[in-house]
Amino acid sequence: MTQPMNEMRLTIPSRSANEAFARASVAAFIAQLDPMVEELADIKTAVSEAVTNCIVHAYRESAGQIYITCRIFESGRVQIRIRDRGCGIENIAQAMEPLYTTAGGERAGLGFAVMQSFTDKLRVQSLPGKGTTVTMEKTIRRRP
Amino acid sequence: MELRQSQTTLTAMLEGELDHHSAKAARERIDAAVEKNHIRLLQLDFSGVSFMDSSGIGLILGRYRLMQAAGGTLEVIHTPPQLEKLMRLAGLSQLDVIRQSAENKGGDLHDTADE
Repeated sequence: MTQPMNEMRLTIPSRSANEAFARASVAAFIAQLDPMVEELADIKTAVSEAVTNCIVHAYRESAGQIYITCRIFESGRVQIRIRDRGCGIENIAQAMEPLYTTAGGERAGLGFAVMQSFTDKLRVQSLPGKGTTVTMEKTIRRRP
Repeated sequence: MELRQSQTTLTAMLEGELDHHSAKAARERIDAAVEKNHIRLLQLDFSGVSFMDSSGIGLILGRYRLMQAAGGTLEVIHTPPQLEKLMRLAGLSQLDVIRQSAENKGGDLHDTADE
């Protein structure tokens, strides 16, 4: 496995006011890869979805910490891991179906669909009662 | 967020970053104004929105259902280009709520065939 050229870790409580802070922090860290505006917007959107899931789903009955790790590689690859110690997901395949939601009328059920289509790679690992880890990867195109 | 009302038309000038946190306050103000003033046409104006995640889609879908239940109409207007990718993914073209305007030269969401 190639070593990352840089890495950052961020731990925040599951407060909705931190959604903007989380995506802005990841975006600021990734800026050193000189991404295009659209690539940065894609990553911010995907991070916002993952962090919102932690708040709305993982810690819906409680409050807890959200652990964000972001690694960048020489190749332009960005790896973002967003982990919680919340309730976990019983059925990951069902949770990832577009429009499926357990959160009611104001949630579109598109969180995982957005993460999937706005990044290159998405992996979801979850244990009910233990928590969920979402890992996303996206390669920032090198500009000549 | 500024709310503009003309007779039974309400235009909500959404602004800044629209996420789960900020959508809640916008939703509460819009819904209260729709109910209080017997609004028939609700316009969500996205021209001032710099960032949006799927919470913005939830805001649109929720207001769509609200206006439908009241026998009214919802319009999504002035969508900036950076939001179109998400709106397309959400398949909003099927609801026929997105209105293009002369100053909005972005891609026409009605014509996307990739749903």
